[in-house]
Amino acid sequence: MKYLLLIANEEAAMKAMTPADMGPMLAAYTAFSEAMVKAGVMGGAERLQPTATATTVRVRGGKTEVLDGPYADTKEQLGGYYLIDVPDLDAALHWAARCPGASHGAVEVRPIWAM
Amino acid sequence: MAAAVSEPARAAAEGAARSSYGRLVAFLSARTRDVAGAEDALADAFEAALREWPATGVPQSPQAWLLTVARRKLVDAARRRRSGEAVAATLLVIDGMFTEPAADDSLPDDRLALMFACTHPAIEASARAPLMLQTLLGFDAATIASAFLVSPATMGQRLVRAKAKIRQAGIPLTVPERAELPDRVAAVLAATYAAFTEGWADAAGASVRRRNLVDEGLWLARLLASLLPAEPEALGLLALMLYAQARRPARRDTAGDYVPLALQDARLWDSALLDEAEALLRLAGTLARPGRYQLEAAVQSAHVARRIGHRTDWPAIVRLYDALWHLTASPVVAINRAVALAEAGDAAAGLAALDVLTDEPRLRDYQPYWAARANLLARTGRVDEAREAYRLAIGLETDEAVRRYLQGRLLALGEGG
Repeated sequence: MKYLLLIANEEAAMKAMTPADMGPMLAAYTAFSEAMVKAGVMGGAERLQPTATATTVRVRGGKTEVLDGPYADTKEQLGGYYLIDVPDLDAALHWAARCPGASHGAVEVRPIWAM
Repeated sequence: MAAAVSEPARAAAEGAARSSYGRLVAFLSARTRDVAGAEDALADAFEAALREWPATGVPQSPQAWLLTVARRKLVDAARRRRSGEAVAATLLVIDGMFTEPAADDSLPDDRLALMFACTHPAIEASARAPLMLQTLLGFDAATIASAFLVSPATMGQRLVRAKAKIRQAGIPLTVPERAELPDRVAAVLAATYAAFTEGWADAAGASVRRRNLVDEGLWLARLLASLLPAEPEALGLLALMLYAQARRPARRDTAGDYVPLALQDARLWDSALLDEAEALLRLAGTLARPGRYQLEAAVQSAHVARRIGHRTDWPAIVRLYDALWHLTASPVVAINRAVALAEAGDAAAGLAALDVLTDEPRLRDYQPYWAARANLLARTGRVDEAREAYRLAIGLETDEAVRRYLQGRLLALGEGG
């Protein structure tokens, strides 16, 4: 089954990180990605630019509304994702726990809607 | 409602819950074979206690009070659920409980029987430890789910299914006959150890719930050792868990960094727990029936010998792992044996022992295998391969402090690869 691991972090805390902290964290993400590739479960991953760069679009009654910023103000922000293909939810949770993002913020595990 | 409950009443209810929850669940379900029904009735009884004790005062025997209320709830539930003869039969059983003495000290202790039911071969293996944690200690499904890293919904279903199985399949709540006792004891010990080690995974003790799981796992092992004093493996398991618990304060330094066993400050180990463990292990030895928990405890005993100025006897540890390997054929044992071989002076032999495991599919994403492999590759000068193994171990690790430690080791190998 395919799952999306959504990484939620506090952007402010990320921004406040020193390069000395940032280096090991990025290396940990690289190692995590490599481990998933080696295990044959990796379906794709991207890191997102901060929510300050977001633009949100809504169309209501023929009127288009374009707003600066993310669609919702939350304490933690979506910072990136991994798409994985694993046998079941238990396996997905094991990978989520290994994601460095789980140690800093939270990782939401969502099954992909199979068409 | 919670705010209205007075502190002494809450404390008394919680005290009663800790000391008698499992006992009451065991007593009720041993007579009805309905574990879920017993839990529900007790939940109602505890709720009633929190409601009434602030006004009426804490009863002289909280356990007897809880049992009386729970019994009434069971009768109500039986009336609602069934009709005719079925009700009559159930009520007769519940009635029978009343003729039995219910004073705190004379209530029959059926906890061992409940443990055997929870770990019966007909119960799926992944449900056994969770079922013990829930029925004997009252942990909720969400807490257990976190410890075992599965979703709360999955864990909830697993527990419901297991309890239904006990009732529907007629799994007995009794201590097995002597002939099948050894196998059944092994299952109880395995589930107890699983409850402890899952809680243990949170090495920093950062999660309060998780730390409780370790304490409660230890409590279960103490209970088992006291109920099965002639089973050397029950003593061995308790000893093994005490060794681990004793070293807990030394596993992180003041900065929160991971400290491997070899570098731990022995002065931070809890010497009272270690003394208790050593005594248990000696006592188990006098029963002259060795087993995996005694052997694993013996390995721990060798590791802590340096607290009294002895050097760690790695060749002895290798021999203990040899014996464990013959007993269990577990790949985890094989990994530990390989590391011990290297520590005993032969890194190449250790690495060769790991090479044998390369095709073991269970180890492909097992972090300790890659961490051990990285260590031994580095020692034998195969630096590029060591780097790759370290990276894999880092990617598979869930604990941030251990991740940082492994990153430090990787860095120490220098740039390249």
